[in-house]
Amino acid sequence: MSEHGSDPTVAPRSEDDPRLLLPPDEPVHLLDPDGTEHPDADHPLDLRDEQLRELYRMMVVTRKVDREAINLQRQGQLGVYASCMGQEAAQVGSAYALEDDDWIFPSYRELGAALVREVDAAGLLHLYRGTWLSDHDPYAHNFGLMSIPIGTQALHATGFGMGARFDDNPIVAMTYFGDGGTSEGDPHEAMTFAGVQKAPVIFFVQNNQYAISVPLDKQTAAPTLAHKAIGYGMPGYRVDGNDVLATYAVTRRAVERARAGEGPAFIEALTYRMEAHTTSDDPTRYRTKEELDEAAKTDPIARMKNLLIARGLYDDDLEREIDEQAQAVATYVRDGIYDADHGDPMELFEHVYVDPTGHFDEQAAQLRAELEGSEGGA
Amino acid sequence: MAVTLAQAINQALKDAMEANDRVLMFGEDVGKLGGVFRVTDGLQDRFGEQRCFDTPLAESGIIGTAIGLAMYGYRPIAEMQFDGFTYPAFEQIVSHLAKMPNRSRGTVTLPVTIRIPYGGGIGAVEHHSESPETYWAHTAGLKVMTPGTPEDGYAMMRAAIDSDDPVIFLEPKRRYWMKSDADLPVETEPTHRSVVRREGSDVSLFCYGPMVRTAMEAADAAADEGWSLEVVDLRSLAPLDTQGIVASVQRTGRAIVVHEASSTLGMGAEIAARIQERAFYHLEAPVLRATGFDTPYPPAKLEEYWLPDVDRILDRVERSLEY
Ligand SMILES: Cc1ncc(C[n+]2csc(CCOP(=O)(O)OP(=O)(O)O)c2C)c(N)n1
Repeated sequence: MSEHGSDPTVAPRSEDDPRLLLPPDEPVHLLDPDGTEHPDADHPLDLRDEQLRELYRMMVVTRKVDREAINLQRQGQLGVYASCMGQEAAQVGSAYALEDDDWIFPSYRELGAALVREVDAAGLLHLYRGTWLSDHDPYAHNFGLMSIPIGTQALHATGFGMGARFDDNPIVAMTYFGDGGTSEGDPHEAMTFAGVQKAPVIFFVQNNQYAISVPLDKQTAAPTLAHKAIGYGMPGYRVDGNDVLATYAVTRRAVERARAGEGPAFIEALTYRMEAHTTSDDPTRYRTKEELDEAAKTDPIARMKNLLIARGLYDDDLEREIDEQAQAVATYVRDGIYDADHGDPMELFEHVYVDPTGHFDEQAAQLRAELEGSEGGA
Repeated sequence: MAVTLAQAINQALKDAMEANDRVLMFGEDVGKLGGVFRVTDGLQDRFGEQRCFDTPLAESGIIGTAIGLAMYGYRPIAEMQFDGFTYPAFEQIVSHLAKMPNRSRGTVTLPVTIRIPYGGGIGAVEHHSESPETYWAHTAGLKVMTPGTPEDGYAMMRAAIDSDDPVIFLEPKRRYWMKSDADLPVETEPTHRSVVRREGSDVSLFCYGPMVRTAMEAADAAADEGWSLEVVDLRSLAPLDTQGIVASVQRTGRAIVVHEASSTLGMGAEIAARIQERAFYHLEAPVLRATGFDTPYPPAKLEEYWLPDVDRILDRVERSLEY
């Protein structure tokens, strides 16, 4: 409705008018913080009551597990942790718009998206504990390894999407990166390739306003991040990333378009990182309490709860049930992480090559001798 | 029938793509043009634009998408147009291609082959004559191969494509036109083994890629002096055939490593270390090196002074024999 060419004095645009790739003036927004709905003909909601509850449930579970991870870090059980607090709607809404066969190529902050894909959260957090570099099988949930070098995973999504297109396999690859990530070369190259190849890839940017301490206005001079999309020949969408319904609807539309062979899309979800960049960070050095208080008013979870209440879909039973579930997942994560053993150090040599051709024989023997020596000497 | 190294690699690509329809070939100008060295000549005609295609001009993009394609189930062969232009892809190669199988505890395999024409000697403009092999050989998770003959150009290329581990395949560009009467297809020794190209009893020359022929010429010239040189073609730089290297030193007692790359932390440093760790009492002389200098690769008119050649090798041989 509000999208593209709402100005009646402008002639209607033909379908291949490149200006259609530009983002709308206002981000798509379907839900006010108080739960008031704003239906949008371009983004009709096809969600049943049960699904609305499901979106809410997944955000609550995400926040609970996220908090548990922070606690585990404080207790020395994780080396570091990158919280997604405040970004639950952006992650849950977008991941929920995918089908089971679709793929996600995440960064390090995508706990919410991982939970939607039913990835074992304890396994995921082993990266942060340092027990192993990852402990989930990407093929089990079509969820790639969390990628720490900024933006690099965007290329893996694009290659994956190209493979799907070559095979006429109607799946979509979605990659997440941050506002800072949009400055890196790899997302740029990924979007260039995806555009040329018409690959079914969704570039989902969570604009949480900061890259560690660097605010958006020092990151780019682009009018918005979504404006970058036109440079790759793909549409750039903007959405209120704290509105789980809007995030879902915008992503769903982009996903369906990609699945239909119409190529990649870029989505900028406007959100806010409520926690420190990671548990090692001190955000008081670069942002104020007032700013944080202001951001808290747009909390994605409270907003969705208000909607459920307004629609008569929320009651004490639901609240109890969701709290219990969130607690159960958090406990599961705690049990999986707390004092988790690092396993046999000899595994260091096991996965470097499929066929090591004797490469590690001497060094493995050396480590084994060191292990035996330390056991003997202890 | 005589076949050049470039033709042998080209034939290997064709045969591999024929044998397995999951094999893809892509890079800059590899389609219609057939690559700047014509190594991919005819592939697009034969296999279509989906299996041999030109990418946008972005090396990190080429390798990053190769990783995604491999995760999806393809066996990508990516061409880097020149050695000096692999650096934009460094992060994808080092942080992902080399590490992802390990990070994933073996659940992800990345059967990606990266073809790189490398080395000097063709009078090229700057950035087109580099020898970056140390970067790759230093990086755990990569295999690094380099053929020194057309036969190996064929057989090692096939092995690289068949490998479930990522392979950096270094093609000695100044030897692309080197001929042999190989009958293709041809099988050669397993890729991780070195090969003695010429037996000798006085000094071992360890070489690879472009320097294999140079070392053979040096051995011929040395024979006139009455020196018997053994020429060992390493073929694989990661893993390195320590056994083969040590066996040769045990026979000759003297070792010289020959490569174009700069001396400091080049392959020669690693080979010398392994020899002294494992064959110390067999050594009659210190391990010496005949390599490029520790300067940036020189302008074309000066490369003959920079590159190791027969004279530089023979000078090291003489010094070794003086001990
Ligand atoms: C290539 C690279 N450079 C620097 C870093 C260090 N680093 C980690 S996170 C980060 C900021 C990322 O910001 P953004 O992309 O906005 O994502 P966010 O952390 O806000 O989710 C930086 C600079 C890195 N991980 N990778």
